[in-house]
Amino acid sequence: MSGTAVRTRGVRPVEISGQGLTVRVRGRPTPILDDVGLSAPAGRVTGLIGPNGSGKSTLLHALAGSISPQAGLVRLGDRPFGELPRRERARTVAVMEQNSDSDTDLAVADVVALGRLPHRGRMAPARPQDAAACARALDLVGMTGTEHRRWRTLSGGERQRVQAARALAQEPAVLLLDEPTNHLDVQHQHELLSLLAATGLTVVVVLHDLALAARYCDRLVVLHEGRTHAAGPTHEVLTADTLRTVFGVRADVSRHAGALRVEVLGAAAG
Amino acid sequence: MTMSSSRSAELARPVAATVGRTVGTALGTALVLTAVAFAAVGTGGGDITWSETARSLGAHLGLPVAPLPSLVDSVVWELRAPRALLAAVAGAGLATCGVVLQAVTRNALAEPYLLGISSGASTGAVLVLVMGLGSGAVSLAGGALAGGLAAFGLVLLLLGRSAAGADRLVLTGVVVGQLFAALTSLVLLGWGDADAARGLTYWLTGSLAAARWPSVLLCATVVGVALLALRLIASDLDAFAFGARTAASLGVPVAAVRAVALVTTAGVTAVVVSSVGAIGFVGLIVPHAVRALVGPLHHRLLPASAVGGAVFLMLADTVARTALAPKQLPAGVVTALLGVPAFLLILHRRERR
Repeated sequence: MSGTAVRTRGVRPVEISGQGLTVRVRGRPTPILDDVGLSAPAGRVTGLIGPNGSGKSTLLHALAGSISPQAGLVRLGDRPFGELPRRERARTVAVMEQNSDSDTDLAVADVVALGRLPHRGRMAPARPQDAAACARALDLVGMTGTEHRRWRTLSGGERQRVQAARALAQEPAVLLLDEPTNHLDVQHQHELLSLLAATGLTVVVVLHDLALAARYCDRLVVLHEGRTHAAGPTHEVLTADTLRTVFGVRADVSRHAGALRVEVLGAAAG
Repeated sequence: MTMSSSRSAELARPVAATVGRTVGTALGTALVLTAVAFAAVGTGGGDITWSETARSLGAHLGLPVAPLPSLVDSVVWELRAPRALLAAVAGAGLATCGVVLQAVTRNALAEPYLLGISSGASTGAVLVLVMGLGSGAVSLAGGALAGGLAAFGLVLLLLGRSAAGADRLVLTGVVVGQLFAALTSLVLLGWGDADAARGLTYWLTGSLAAARWPSVLLCATVVGVALLALRLIASDLDAFAFGARTAASLGVPVAAVRAVALVTTAGVTAVVVSSVGAIGFVGLIVPHAVRALVGPLHHRLLPASAVGGAVFLMLADTVARTALAPKQLPAGVVTALLGVPAFLLILHRRERR
């Protein structure tokens, strides 16, 4: 991955925020999301953490607009997100799903080029700037040279990085990612997250791994049973107390040379 | 900045070369289609020579050639020519339907016959025919459309709102297809006249024996309009590769694209079934083979599959007419004999992943 000039050109990051987001599904007595608000500041990495079933993926999809909450409003800057035209939304916010599986024989280049759909005319062929954006995105995730490989021949980690390249090729102001480090080996987990942090985009990322969250997120939102348990700067939110109440673990949280470190010692005693 | 702009220039393909290649592809395609169509028209019993075939076609197309005796001429122009062209148009339509259904269901085994749509269209057409509701090719196609939509609707209803797995989709389609095949038999044998038994083969396996010019024109119009509509959503169909949610996040109007896909496939299947009966597997074999040649992107896959379907069904019907001559097989028998191994092959490859 190229270490320099990561910042996406010509895109001004923008704040994305949600207010009073409530999502219910039939057959579940309690809402999946219950009056959750959050604010992801422009150009910062905001992590969504919480145990399984706490509603983090649902919150991400409510922000993305792929789930319509029963109540609440998502804003992009000061504009209601839902009021933007469909294609403009796709040019502003890119989403990377947790499991992007496919049965197709698409080549890597084709997958990344999907990210240019919201920029191109419906019938128009790809323009030079589309090809350039795709090449840049592939370079950023370190997959240059794989353009002709078929999707089915890629490993789980390679698929994840190609999807990240597709999202970057959208040249969005906001990146929403649902557990992007799944299937990645440790080296690529760190590479992907440091890359995301270096884009200068507004990033909202669902993370499972608390150590990664501590290392790469500027801010954290901790969800617990569909509600916000805590939200704020990472070092304020990620405390031994939060980890015990929400995650049920005993943990040691310390700072080393300005970086926050989380060490899980074991399950909290009942 | 400078680096990336020089890279852009490098990536820009010369426009002239692209245009030249497009024109070349179009000419080559037209040549292949014409050659296969001529071979289909010229092949068959009755000792009609190739030059007689050419003379008959030439005379009707306004070329300055001596016309043939009317008996020979009518065999070529009234029977064989519409039959070959109907095979071409129906094959193009069915192959295109397969491509679209495979894209929106994300299932390589989806096609109008296996999803029961063709069987439903047969039932609808037979009801119109036997109950004497209206008359002519258009009301027949209308009945087929209603039946096709009913079958499609039933499949979707049985699948429920949950995202169905590939296997469940095909199983449900096959079961619904069996139901409508039984209904077709019931209507034909219970209320039809003496010709019903022969009609049964036609509506259940499909045959091009009854092809005449009016149904060629009707089919060609509907398939042509459908291809134009589908060209508009070709890039949207690409985006469905990773599911509807990812497509939506790329700015694709998912509901509208699904509606266009549903209406065009049901419409094309209906008009094809009302003209040639339920010919199966074209929508499975052709897209699969064409994908190997031109790749999975729909702006190439759709037109290439239309051409492939046209060639495939013209050849399949020629084999059906001549393999056991003077006996004639329904074209659907030939497509099924080729389609079942193709189905098993695709299934095997999917499971190995």
